[in-house]
Amino acid sequence: MTEPLLEVKDLTVHFPTEDGLVKAVDGISFSLEPGETLGVVGESGSGKSVSFLTVMGLIRSDQAVITGEVFFQGQDLLKLPVEEMRNIRGARISMIFQDPMTSLHPYYKVGTQISEAVRTHQKVSKQEAHDQAVEMLRKVGIPKPDERAKQYPHEFSGGMRQRAMIAMALSLNPDLLIADEPTTALDVTVQAQILDLIDRLKQEFNAAVVIITHDLGVVAEHCDTIQVMYAGKAVEFGDRHDIYYGSHHPYTWGLLRSIARLDADSNERLHPIKGLPPSLINVPPGCAFHPRCPYVMDICRTETPALLPSDGHHAAACHLSLADKERILKEEVMSRS
Amino acid sequence: MGRYLIRRTLFMILVLFIVSLFTFIIFMKLPAGDPARRLAGSRATTPQELETIRHNIGLDEPLLVQYGRFAKGLIPWPGLFLNKQVYFSWANNVPVSEEIYSRLPYTITLSLGAAAVFLLVGIPIGIVSAIKRRSFVDRAGMVFALIGVSAPVFWLAYLMLYFFWFKLAWLPGIGVPPGESMVKSIALGRFILPWLALAFTFAAFYTRMIRGNLLETMSEDYIRTARAKGLSERRVIFKHGLRAALTPVVTMFGLDVATLLGGAVITETVFNIPGIGQYTLLSIFGGNFPGVMGVTVLAAFFIVIANLLVDVVYAFLDPRVRYT
Amino acid sequence: MSVDVSQSVAPTTETDRVPLVKLEGIRKLFPITQGILFQRKIGNVHAVDGVDLEVYPGETVGLVGETGCGKSTLARVIMRLYNPTEGRISFDGQDITHLKGRELREQRRNMQMIFQDPFASLNPRKTVGSIIAEPFRLHKTVAKDRVKPEVQELMELVGLSPEHYNRFPHEFSGGQRQRIGVARALALRPRLIVCDEPVSALDVSIQAQILNLLEDLQEEFKLTYLFIAHDLAVVKHVSDRVAVMYLGKIVELADGGNLYKNPKHPYTGALLSAVPIADPDLAAQRKRIILEGDVPSPIDPPSGCRFHPRCPNAQFPRCKEEEPVLRQMHPGQVAACHFPLEDRAVLEISE
Repeated sequence: MTEPLLEVKDLTVHFPTEDGLVKAVDGISFSLEPGETLGVVGESGSGKSVSFLTVMGLIRSDQAVITGEVFFQGQDLLKLPVEEMRNIRGARISMIFQDPMTSLHPYYKVGTQISEAVRTHQKVSKQEAHDQAVEMLRKVGIPKPDERAKQYPHEFSGGMRQRAMIAMALSLNPDLLIADEPTTALDVTVQAQILDLIDRLKQEFNAAVVIITHDLGVVAEHCDTIQVMYAGKAVEFGDRHDIYYGSHHPYTWGLLRSIARLDADSNERLHPIKGLPPSLINVPPGCAFHPRCPYVMDICRTETPALLPSDGHHAAACHLSLADKERILKEEVMSRS
Repeated sequence: MGRYLIRRTLFMILVLFIVSLFTFIIFMKLPAGDPARRLAGSRATTPQELETIRHNIGLDEPLLVQYGRFAKGLIPWPGLFLNKQVYFSWANNVPVSEEIYSRLPYTITLSLGAAAVFLLVGIPIGIVSAIKRRSFVDRAGMVFALIGVSAPVFWLAYLMLYFFWFKLAWLPGIGVPPGESMVKSIALGRFILPWLALAFTFAAFYTRMIRGNLLETMSEDYIRTARAKGLSERRVIFKHGLRAALTPVVTMFGLDVATLLGGAVITETVFNIPGIGQYTLLSIFGGNFPGVMGVTVLAAFFIVIANLLVDVVYAFLDPRVRYT
Repeated sequence: MSVDVSQSVAPTTETDRVPLVKLEGIRKLFPITQGILFQRKIGNVHAVDGVDLEVYPGETVGLVGETGCGKSTLARVIMRLYNPTEGRISFDGQDITHLKGRELREQRRNMQMIFQDPFASLNPRKTVGSIIAEPFRLHKTVAKDRVKPEVQELMELVGLSPEHYNRFPHEFSGGQRQRIGVARALALRPRLIVCDEPVSALDVSIQAQILNLLEDLQEEFKLTYLFIAHDLAVVKHVSDRVAVMYLGKIVELADGGNLYKNPKHPYTGALLSAVPIADPDLAAQRKRIILEGDVPSPIDPPSGCRFHPRCPNAQFPRCKEEEPVLRQMHPGQVAACHFPLEDRAVLEISE
């Protein structure tokens, strides 16, 4: 069996603030195989972005209290000196962000920004780096890449900007690409183009991909494995089918039930999750979801459920018995179809 | 770009015209003593002689005509600008242009020196304050800025004179002898205290501005992208952060230098430097209207040109800005 | 050239009802200027370029489209926040296109708007009570001593706690702030509410709460909604009829079910095939129509059918030369296309 590409163990990221300790990430563990696509789903405040910013080393121990281990190709990234981490960042692990309009520097040409990434990690001449940049722009489907490389970000459309970001992220052939809400700021038809592009390039560059999003639809179509996060913890982990058709967590049920669906009957009412997302400073005791859970039991208010595997790869952090979960699952699936 | 420049030049002429018109109206309407009498000097004069003088300098003509003559001297063309016929000092019997141009070198030395000082001091402090936010250096820097912004120039000037000249005798006192060459004056250190006093306030402003701009820039998304690419922190700060943060500073700098060139009145007065600022004061108190008009127009001219230049430079620095 | 669509897309009954809002030939152009001293016009942004639409009392009409399609501009034209360059707006039979001053202000009581960004659309310096009470103050519809009880009643209606009357917007969550916006829109009991992306900025689990609230209020107060969003699934859920816009024109108009089962316009098909579906198997069955390139600029729209440069179905020269008009495809469905899609072209929905 191959060694996992990325293995996160008990990662916590707490930010000390004037109002209290913000427990942005509160003990998550998961692993990612080479070439796999992981979808990390959660709403705002779930900790999904913070966890991967920490993996990248963009959130460091001078800003937050970080514990746990992040093994990438066998090395614990959290223990690496800053210099070494910087060598990995951008070259072996890359990240693209939500808003392509603000993520590119407005004063530098697009080609220059890509070459900069290349020259940071490889000893090549300016001309070679520029050629690589143009080639990458071509690979991401930007027409007339040599002309475009000499243009500034504001001369690109939203979709093209995101393509340029992807080009930049993949220019050094990383083993892992992290995409933080890559399509949220884009139009629907452009979203589809970008997601397809990521799928295609993933094959070509042989990279593992993490897609962080709040959109359950995006994850359904493009991810092999999915992790659902809530209030800084992973509440469910499994492959596509497990999550959508065999989920074992009330939050996932609630999410799936509350979204409007294209194929649903219009006259049906939506079923929101009651209540509000929790404060990360005063996280509810026991299971963080308990105040909003329709199946809450006494034990949920006091004991935090662990993320335990129910079958093989599939794990859910919930005190409900497996029998109960299966029963409720049947009801949920019925009500959904 | 060409069309833009033409438009700006037309506006410049409009601005000069408006500035001179207002100056003219203010001067004519304010009681400042009788220019004719002042020109006559201490000689006792008869009313007829006063009338003659008044006629010679054109005070008996209708206001519009008087203004018209001054307006001709606004056009920034050699021969026309501050022409000798109209712009003739009522106080000293020499052309205003001569007086101004002889004083200009002192003001230029003062301005450029001060500018160099406040750039070299203000900007680095601002950068360090932003990078090491909330550290001791940052707090010290902000105290420095607070003093600079609050302290009046003359207070700073006298304080410095007291310590560095009177007590320690490290630097020469006030005054720049007109006969001395500029190089010698600078070498003797006559300009050091004036530079420092003048620069202090500006440096304070620039420190605060750089700090604010850089802090804001460093929280932008493209900085996060730069770090995600694996760039060294130094490169992130200087090539990505500072590059964006400094652009508005360039604009400010251009305008500040232009303002300084118009004459730092207080500094020149305290240190008795024979520059344009001192001349402005003398002309106003002496009721020398052509002199006042002359420096006003000159100062306005510097500012308008500077405005145009900084806008053009800004377009080079920020590719999102393009003028049609 | 406008087409009388009332016959083809009226709701199922009462085809001779007076529409609450009637748009005829609406165009909104924004001029682009250039010049040395005096700016002269060198072109236009064709934000809305010929729209006919009728909205009947009590229904919800959804408006979907991507960046640059003109949906937000159209909404603001209806609200008279912009003045149309051409065309007529009728409200309840009355021509409101050129209303001004006091008459316009009175008309505003009939139509209100809910905005997208619950953080930006509330004045941070005003208390919630003051924000919701403002319509009362402006239009003087409620006596001074009745203002507070009215406001608190509204707050309760939208699911806020009336004791929070004196709190400021930043003390509320995003969903709650949007509720405040709804309360404010509802204050004058308008007949029409234009919802401009009301849930796009909210978390998924909160979106459903707000959508349910809007539906409940519609029933209780007999409201008519114009619902603008880019999320097709949300629009389909709330709307009776949906209009799809592209580059300033409506390209398809149908009731929700028909639009999604049998899209006729290729652009609608592309949109439907692009929307992510939270169901892996269903998503895998779907036919993909991936469009090339980006949305062209509304400054210089393509000739003929505006969609022809990107249309997978386009046939030349007709699509490049002749602009299609909205014509009936199925009962209750119109589309502007020379070569519309076959039935069941995109979604294979198992019945």
